[in-house]
Amino acid sequence: MASQDIAVSVDQVVKHYGNFTALHGVSLDIRESEFFTLLGPSGCGKTTLLRAIAGFESVSEGHILLKGEDLTGLPPHQRPVNTVFQQYALFPHMTVLENVMFGLLRKGWSKVEAVRRGQDVLDLVQLAEFAKRKPTQLSGGQQQRVALARALAPRPEVLLLDEPLSALDLKLRQSVRSELKALQRETGIAFIFVTHDQEEALTMSDRIAVMSNGRVQQIGSPKEIYEAPVNRFVADFVGETNLLDVEIASIDGGTASVVLPGGTPFTCPAATVLDPGRGHLSARPERIRITAPGDAHLDAVVTGHTYLGTDIQLQVRLSDGEVMSVRLQNSETTSVPEVGQTIGLQLEEGAARLLAD
Amino acid sequence: MAAGAPMGAGTSSHIYEGNAPRLMAPSWIFIGFFLLAPVIMMAVYSFLTKEFRGGVIWEFSLAAYDQFFFDRGLFGDEPPSIEWTYIGIFWRSIWQAGLATFVCLLIGFPTAWFIATRDPQSRSIWLFLVTIPYWVNLLIRTVSMKFLIRDTGPLNEFLLQVGVIGEPLGLINTNFAVQLGLFYSYLPFMVLPIYAAVERYDFALSEAAADLYSGAWTTLRLIILPVVKPGIIAGCILVFVPSLGAFLAPDLLGGAKTFMIGSLIEEQFKGNAGNWPFGAAASMILLTIVLCILLVYARNQNKTEIR
Repeated sequence: MASQDIAVSVDQVVKHYGNFTALHGVSLDIRESEFFTLLGPSGCGKTTLLRAIAGFESVSEGHILLKGEDLTGLPPHQRPVNTVFQQYALFPHMTVLENVMFGLLRKGWSKVEAVRRGQDVLDLVQLAEFAKRKPTQLSGGQQQRVALARALAPRPEVLLLDEPLSALDLKLRQSVRSELKALQRETGIAFIFVTHDQEEALTMSDRIAVMSNGRVQQIGSPKEIYEAPVNRFVADFVGETNLLDVEIASIDGGTASVVLPGGTPFTCPAATVLDPGRGHLSARPERIRITAPGDAHLDAVVTGHTYLGTDIQLQVRLSDGEVMSVRLQNSETTSVPEVGQTIGLQLEEGAARLLAD
Repeated sequence: MAAGAPMGAGTSSHIYEGNAPRLMAPSWIFIGFFLLAPVIMMAVYSFLTKEFRGGVIWEFSLAAYDQFFFDRGLFGDEPPSIEWTYIGIFWRSIWQAGLATFVCLLIGFPTAWFIATRDPQSRSIWLFLVTIPYWVNLLIRTVSMKFLIRDTGPLNEFLLQVGVIGEPLGLINTNFAVQLGLFYSYLPFMVLPIYAAVERYDFALSEAAADLYSGAWTTLRLIILPVVKPGIIAGCILVFVPSLGAFLAPDLLGGAKTFMIGSLIEEQFKGNAGNWPFGAAASMILLTIVLCILLVYARNQNKTEIR
């Protein structure tokens, strides 16, 4: 890819806090006009990386480039990126419009132009009629939109979003997701979005970087991340999965032959080149079919049901004692096996993957 | 709780509603005895006639206020002209108190900022250190200050010994000495409310400002100061008001040249030589000035709330 298509380039960034290393040589490229998500559990370094791009954290080693320009060492107020903060950090003594105009005035816009631009951006987030209110007079969702408008007003090269939806309630969060995605398409600005919520990441992102322990585990589209996780961590963190302990018979290129618990041979895609021995097979609960016992990949006993509304989740136990879950769509035609019944489990070919640890 | 209050009906505050006057009674009695009564007594005394050996004669008179504002000559028979002596003392006091407040703010704000930005454990240690001087009586502290800065005191002796100065600085009995006394007496009153405000300050606001192209000084001016303003104003009031009425520091450190309101009032009630109605009148005038300043502040505060 040509370098002018890259908005932000993170190059071998290391961050130490005393003895603790928050980022172990992270490298990734964020493209222009891309919705890019940093996904991971708390403490994985995603927020540290975002703050390093914004300039709130210095980096111990490595470089961060914005459109080819090295940002390393520049203070936050000299970086043409803006942030939407987790708790919004709206200025409480200013009106909504004054909040939105703040960055413009600091950049030297005239008051008249700043007012015009401020009102345009408030229009964009549908808050025009609230311009004269104070932030405390707004609901959480409205405050979130003010924070968004304030960060978008100065037309940043890149917009950084630090878990901006985490303070909203579930229903609101879901509607804001699609709004946010639409806004990103409309403005064409690259968004770097930090979250620990895999559903948010999957629904909004063009690409996701899954992080853990200060390292990038995998970068890819939501589909790649979900369907072709490279290791156990990614498979387990993004969505739900069953990890089966299997014996690896042989590996040839991207395909492995394994022996399932119970002795059935099985062929599946393998994430990376692995040594023969034991490995983990990831099978998503919704990619497992229930059949008659005997000639299926696995035999199992049903130990419980969980009603999830759209789905019904079965807890099953294999003969070696390992526990798995299987999802059935909740419909008229689905027959749900009884607790205690022995069933066969058929893994979908190609959907179960052998993973590196 | 009073009998018959309906339990479980409406909110819990509903239960207390009918009892509000009774529950408020202790505070009203306290305020009445220790605040209203003294002020009313003072107001009444300021309109009485003075007794020569202290005390008052119960006879209505405007003499005290007349003496404060008008000069009628040595025998009181000349046509009245404005008496500048007391107005001058008041003016100088306001100026001194204002300057002391400003100096306290200048030192107190960074101090409070420093303390509020330490980690929580060391914060309490710093706050403790700030309040330590208050374990010693104000009089003792002021006298000690006098001993420290007088011509033969340790400060001058040290500077002479080191050779920085050739002769004692002559600090005692100057405005500077009074300022030093006021500053030392009231600095914690500035530090504590500002500390409380800064401690509540959300530092994400500073980050947001920096993110929006604002340098450190601009952030201080446009974000930090406006947000912690209530603490700053509370600190200024807490320093200004007692500085205005202070008499220990001006008396002990300032001498005759720096005579302030506090000393003027104090003299009227000391021994047998005083003039109680005049002291009361001066107190009433002082009270009025302070009240006016606070009202102007409250007014502005309301305006910014509404805007």
